[in-house]
Amino acid sequence: MQLIQFAHGLLPFLAKWPDWVVYLAVVFLFAFAILNTLVAPLTGISTYIERRLAGRAQYRWGPNRVGIRSLLAAMPITRPISKLADVQPFKFIGSKIPGGLLQFAADGLKLFTKEDIIPAQADKMLFRLSPYVVMAGSFAAFAVFPVSFWCSAINLNIGIFYVLGMSSVVVPGILMAGWGSANKWALFGGMRSASQIVSYEIPVAIALMTVVMLAGTMNMNEIVATQRSGYGIEKAGFLGWYLFRYGGLMIVPFVIYFIGGCAEVNRTPFDLPEGESELVSGYHTEYSGFRWSFFFMAEYSNMFAVGAIATTMFLGGPLPPYPVQFTESLPMLIRFGEGFFWFFAKSYFFVLVMIHMRWTLPRYRIDQLMQLCWKVLMPIALVWFVLMCGIKMARMEMAAPAEAPVVAEVHK
Amino acid sequence: MMAALGISLRDPAAWVFLAFAAMTVASALLVAVSRNIIYSAYSLLLTFFGVAGLYAFLDADFLAAAQLLVYVGGILVLILFGVMLTHKIRDINLSNETTNPIVGAVIAGLLFLVLAYVSMRTDWQVVDRGPATPTTQEIGRAFVGKYLLPFEASSILLLGALIGAAYLSRHERKKEA
Amino acid sequence: MPLAVAANNMPVASLEWFLLVGAFLFACGIFTILTRKNAVSVLMGVELVLNAANVNLVAFSRFVKAPATLGPAGIELPKGVDPHLVYGAPWIGGNVFAAFVIILAAAEAAVALGIILGIYRNLGDVDVDQVTGMKG
Repeated sequence: MQLIQFAHGLLPFLAKWPDWVVYLAVVFLFAFAILNTLVAPLTGISTYIERRLAGRAQYRWGPNRVGIRSLLAAMPITRPISKLADVQPFKFIGSKIPGGLLQFAADGLKLFTKEDIIPAQADKMLFRLSPYVVMAGSFAAFAVFPVSFWCSAINLNIGIFYVLGMSSVVVPGILMAGWGSANKWALFGGMRSASQIVSYEIPVAIALMTVVMLAGTMNMNEIVATQRSGYGIEKAGFLGWYLFRYGGLMIVPFVIYFIGGCAEVNRTPFDLPEGESELVSGYHTEYSGFRWSFFFMAEYSNMFAVGAIATTMFLGGPLPPYPVQFTESLPMLIRFGEGFFWFFAKSYFFVLVMIHMRWTLPRYRIDQLMQLCWKVLMPIALVWFVLMCGIKMARMEMAAPAEAPVVAEVHK
Repeated sequence: MMAALGISLRDPAAWVFLAFAAMTVASALLVAVSRNIIYSAYSLLLTFFGVAGLYAFLDADFLAAAQLLVYVGGILVLILFGVMLTHKIRDINLSNETTNPIVGAVIAGLLFLVLAYVSMRTDWQVVDRGPATPTTQEIGRAFVGKYLLPFEASSILLLGALIGAAYLSRHERKKEA
Repeated sequence: MPLAVAANNMPVASLEWFLLVGAFLFACGIFTILTRKNAVSVLMGVELVLNAANVNLVAFSRFVKAPATLGPAGIELPKGVDPHLVYGAPWIGGNVFAAFVIILAAAEAAVALGIILGIYRNLGDVDVDQVTGMKG
C-alpha cells in the first residue's frame, strides 16, 4: 500500500487507475530497475574478471580495448571529449584504468542483435521458456542477501531456506532446456546438470544447516548479527565469523559448502554438464543470441550467489574483519557503505577463487563426481552436523546445568 | 458484497492471491488433461509454485520454502527423470493416453462438488489468531515435542526409502557364467 | 514474514477460497489417477492429491480454532514454564502434518520412480494396464 501511495505522489494521474494495475506496474518497474542496476553489472563485471584472468592464465591479454574512451570516440557528439585522454592529468588516470571494462556491455549489445535461432524440431514453448525459468530461479535468491548491516531487499525470517528453495527452481529449467532443444547432447547435458545439482544440494544444505543450528535462526541478517561477537568478546572482528568460531571446527562445513557450491553452478572442476570435449556445450548447445546470454548471466549470478552465501554464513557478511567499524560515528549512509564494501569484497573474493579454479584444474569424471558427493562430502557433513550439535548442547548445559535441557532452552 | 465474497478486491494483495489461485487451478487442470506428458510435468511445476504461494498467503513461511525445495527441487525433478528415462528421445512430442475420460470426469466432478458443498456449507469456527508469526520455531518445537515419535519414524522411513529406491533402480548385474 | 496481512490480521481471502482450490486440486488429481495409462502420469496425479490435502491442512491450521495445548494429557510441566514454548503453539498442528506429508511424498516419489524404472526395464513400457504379472 505504501508503494502505491508513493507512486501516486510521484505521478498524480495514476490515482485514476485501478490499484492493482499500479501495484503490478510498480512491482515490475522495481524488479526491472534492480535487475538492470544491480544484477546485470554484477554478472558483467564477473565475466570481465573471468576473461582477464583467463587471459593471464593462458599468457595473453584478454579484453583490453572497449573502454570508456572507445565509447566516447564511437559517437560523433562525444568524440571531442575522447580527445581529452591525450591531455596530461586524464592521460595518467587513463593509463591506470585497465582496458576493456565495457567489453561485457558491447558483448551484450552484440548478443542482442544476433539472430535468434530455434531448431525446427524443438519444442518451441519449452525452448523459449527455459532461459526465463533458469534466470528467475538464480536471481530470486538475491532478494535476501544482506548487502549491508540489516540491509537486504526483504528481511525474510526463512532467509537461507528461501535461497535453497528458489535455487532449486533452476533444475527443472535446465531440464526444460535440455528436452526442448531436441538434441541429444543438450539432453545429456541437462540430465547431468540436474543430477549433479540435486546431489550436491544435500551436502550443501547440511553444511549450511550447521550454521543455522549454531546461529539459531535462518534469517540472514540475524545470522550476520550473531557473528559480531565470539569467544566471549563483545566485538570480536574476524574471530566472530563462523569460519573461525569453535576453534576452527567450522572450516570443514565451509569447505564442504564451497566444493558443493562450485558443483552446483557447474563450474570446472565440476563442469561435466557442459564438457566441450564430450557434449558440445551441454544444455545450452542449441541456444544463440540473447537466450544464450540468459543462461550465461544465470551462471555468473549463481557464482556470485555462491560467494555471497559463503560470505554471509561463514565470513560475517558485511562485518569488517576488525572489531570496531572505522565509520562507527559517521552518518548511517557511510556506515552502510563500509558494510557494502566488505560484503562485495568478500563475495568477489570467492568469485575470483572459482575463476582461478576453472583455469587451473582439470575436469572430474562423472563417477568421481558422484563418489565425491555421496561417499565423501555427505558423510562428513552429517558427522560434523552432529558434532556441532553436541558442542552446542554441551555449552548450553554448562551455561544452565541444573535444569532439564528443554526447560533450559525455554529460559534461554 | 465484499464480505460475502470472502475477499476484499480493493486490496492489491487479494489480486495477487487470485493470480496464484488461478495459476494453481489452471495448471492442475492442464496436468490432468494435457496430451503431452512433458507439458503435464511442467504444469505440475506451476501447480507446486502456486501452492507455495498459497502457503505464503496462509502465513506458513517454512512450508512455502519447503514446498519449493522438496517438491520443485526434488519430486518434480524425479518425475521429469521418470518421463525422460522411460521414453525414446526420437520424438519430443510425447503422447499421454487417457482411458475412460468420461467416467473419470464424472467421478472427479462429483468429488469436487461434494467437497465444495461441504466446505461452503460447514460453519467453520474461524478465529483471529493475531498478527502472523514465524512458523519455523513452532514447527521445530512441535517436532521435538508432541510429534517426536512420528518425526523419528519418518526419518526411519526416509532411510528405508533411500535404500529401497537405490536397490530398485540398480541395474541387475548379470551373473558371469 | 507477513507477506499478506490484511487489516484484521487475517489472510486476504477467506477459508472457503483455500478449501475450494484444495478441492479442485484433489479432483484433478483423482481424474489424472483414474484416466492416465502412463505410470509417471499416475504419479503426478498422486502428487496433486497430496498437495490438495496439504492446502487444506495449512488452511485449517491458519483459520480454525485450535485446542488449548498440544501437550500430552497427564504430564505436568514445572511451574512457570509456558507449555507453548515446550510443545509448540497449539495452532501449528496443521503445518506439522503438512510437513509430514511433504516428507512422505518425497519418500514415495523416490520409491515410485524406482519401481517405474524397474517396470520399464522389464516390460519396455510404463503402461499401468500392462503390468498384470501378479494377476492370478
